[in-house]
Amino acid sequence: MSAIRWRSRRGMLELDIVLARFLDRHEARLSEDETKAYLGLLEYPDAELWDIITGKGEPEAVEKALLELIRMN
Amino acid sequence: MERRKFDVAIIGAGGAGMRAALQLSSAGYKVAVLSKVFPTRSHTVAAQGGITAALGNVTEDNWLWHMYDTVKGSDYLGDQDAIEYMCRMGPQVVYEMEHFGLPFSRLENGKIYQRPFGGQSRNFGGDQAARTCAAADRTGHAMLHTLYQRNIQAKTHFFVEFLAIDLVRDAEGRALGVVALDMERGEPLLVEARATLLATGGAGRIFQASTNAFINTGDGLGMASRAGIPLEDMEFWQFHPTGVMGAGVLISEGVRGEGGYLVNGAGERFMERYAPHARDLAGRDVVARAIAIEIHEGRGCGSRKDHVLLKLDHIGKDEILDKLPGIREIALKFAHVDPLEAPIPVVPTAHYMMGGIPTHYRGQVVVPARTGPEEAVPGLYAIGECACVSVHGANRLGGNSLLDLLVFGQAAAEHIVEFLKENPTSPPIPREGPDLALARLARWERREGTERVADVYRDMQGIMQSHCGVFRRAEVLEEGIAKLEEARQRLDRAAIGDHSKVFNTARVEALELENLMEVAFATIRSAAARTESRGAHARDDYPERDDRNWLKHTLAHRDGTIDYKPVRLKPLTVSSFPPKTRTY
Ligand SMILES: Cc1cc2nc3c(=O)[nH]c(=O)nc-3n(C[C@H](O)[C@H](O)[C@H](O)COP(=O)(O)OP(=O)(O)OC[C@H]3O[C@@H](n4cnc5c(N)ncnc54)[C@H](O)[C@@H]3O)c2cc1C
Repeated sequence: MSAIRWRSRRGMLELDIVLARFLDRHEARLSEDETKAYLGLLEYPDAELWDIITGKGEPEAVEKALLELIRMN
Repeated sequence: MERRKFDVAIIGAGGAGMRAALQLSSAGYKVAVLSKVFPTRSHTVAAQGGITAALGNVTEDNWLWHMYDTVKGSDYLGDQDAIEYMCRMGPQVVYEMEHFGLPFSRLENGKIYQRPFGGQSRNFGGDQAARTCAAADRTGHAMLHTLYQRNIQAKTHFFVEFLAIDLVRDAEGRALGVVALDMERGEPLLVEARATLLATGGAGRIFQASTNAFINTGDGLGMASRAGIPLEDMEFWQFHPTGVMGAGVLISEGVRGEGGYLVNGAGERFMERYAPHARDLAGRDVVARAIAIEIHEGRGCGSRKDHVLLKLDHIGKDEILDKLPGIREIALKFAHVDPLEAPIPVVPTAHYMMGGIPTHYRGQVVVPARTGPEEAVPGLYAIGECACVSVHGANRLGGNSLLDLLVFGQAAAEHIVEFLKENPTSPPIPREGPDLALARLARWERREGTERVADVYRDMQGIMQSHCGVFRRAEVLEEGIAKLEEARQRLDRAAIGDHSKVFNTARVEALELENLMEVAFATIRSAAARTESRGAHARDDYPERDDRNWLKHTLAHRDGTIDYKPVRLKPLTVSSFPPKTRTY
């Protein structure tokens, strides 16, 4: 286990669920760059991260493909 | 073991912990705040509705009216000294947050915007009041960020991603600090302090269906309970009527406010039978119970008849998108339906814990002792959702929790300052002081086990959901206690597969489950013992409130015994609000 799992524990249940689903499906296959990008996304405050995931906001710089994967959960 | 020394150790960086920390750091004390997640990811961030205080910006208002509503809302189980204090202090703590920079929504005249919430009245039960202050739909988020920034300026020391394990006390019971696990390194840390404050939030994860984030595991209650402190009024849990079936995510009352309504398996708009006047907008406890009865009596929806439907497609696409932003995303993601076309499956979902660690209205923990039912524990404080002051009694009103965090965060800090002045030094930590905590950590090093933590976790939630949910009866509760006892024994036989040090989430989850188990037992035992219905505790076999026998607080001890103590019916300065039948 790792920091990536723990930092996916959030203050909003919505994020807990979406991020856990994402990790269950993709964690094993994330590249080093993707892991870094994901940890970067986790730095956003909950409310902003939720906006990003629901498409109401865009992060400053992140791999589009990774974001699309997260959004699908 | 590594040791650090502070004046005050605060466990929890939600609204409550950070409000207290700010006051103490600003007064020049050396304050440690421990949090298992980054402070601004505490559960307070999820609060959308707002914070209630009688500012009178939209409708004429008075803190005494707020007090009346809160006493009545509590179904007369709330302590009236604490309720008076909270409602009287309300405007002051809200203006303080405004001054700290919390970006409240504004009226045209520049004053703080206030919205009407259920249970708010003018003039002691008269017309609807608008009393809840909001920063758009992100009040909790704004509050946490404001408090965090201020704490950084005040030089509060944060220990982030530290999991508090157990309190450290001496033989006389005085609190001397806490042992925590540094999650990144996997090493324990002893935080020594002259005063210790628990602000660890709620424990909604004892139930299968919960609106609470995964971190709400009642750690502070577990720590208090293991330290021999009984838990107060644990039978009282507020169930929100509309959590998304299977996920728990909250669908706000706003949907019903805009015309959404509930239907059962026969397509009937059943709330008309339970509350002919208010219908789908009746109080949370009333609607939650109605849904539970529909499901229990076989009128639920779906192949398993285990939920009801919240219909809103008739409101119209434009209205939904305009007035209920966010609802569509939630329904699509968590219910896999598009609410513009189909209804959302919902169930009553555990939302807020009214009970907790017993304290007086200045935040100090009080326990029954030879001198009476409320003897203060020196150096130990609790505030926020983990505490039972008790201002919410048997049922919390919307927006009163965020208020509780600020008011009692401040009150506890003031009491701590007095305590520190009277106790300039603290007694040395006895050699065996950290043993309780270290034994808990060592227990999960064990490699042999026949049970998996995740299985016991899931089963505990299932037991609490079906035996101690909205629908409670003696046989159901007793059977639940027996099953829970079995689950606890299985937890004793469990082991984890991962023994690595760094960010070992398996170990963290095992430690959290031990805390949840304490909370679950206190809840179901207290619920089985209380043979009346009051507020959120609804007994099918004892449907009436019984003031002659039950106008008292429950105290559940760890050994399974239950005590009671009187409700404080006497406010601080005004006259008492005597119990009356609660009608809306
Ligand atoms: C979806 C939702 C919406 C809500 N909306 C409203 C609203 O609009 N208005 C309102 O008044 N109330 C609302 N509530 C209730 C309110 O949000 C909570 O009661 C309140 O935020 C709890 O605050 P707290 O400071 O007590 O705890 P939290 O904010 O939960 O913080 C607990 C802190 O303790 C820390 N912690 C816990 N255990 C440990 C440990 N073992 N070691 C170290 N740190 C630990 C956590 O990291 C966290 O920092 C809502 C609740 C929910 C679930």
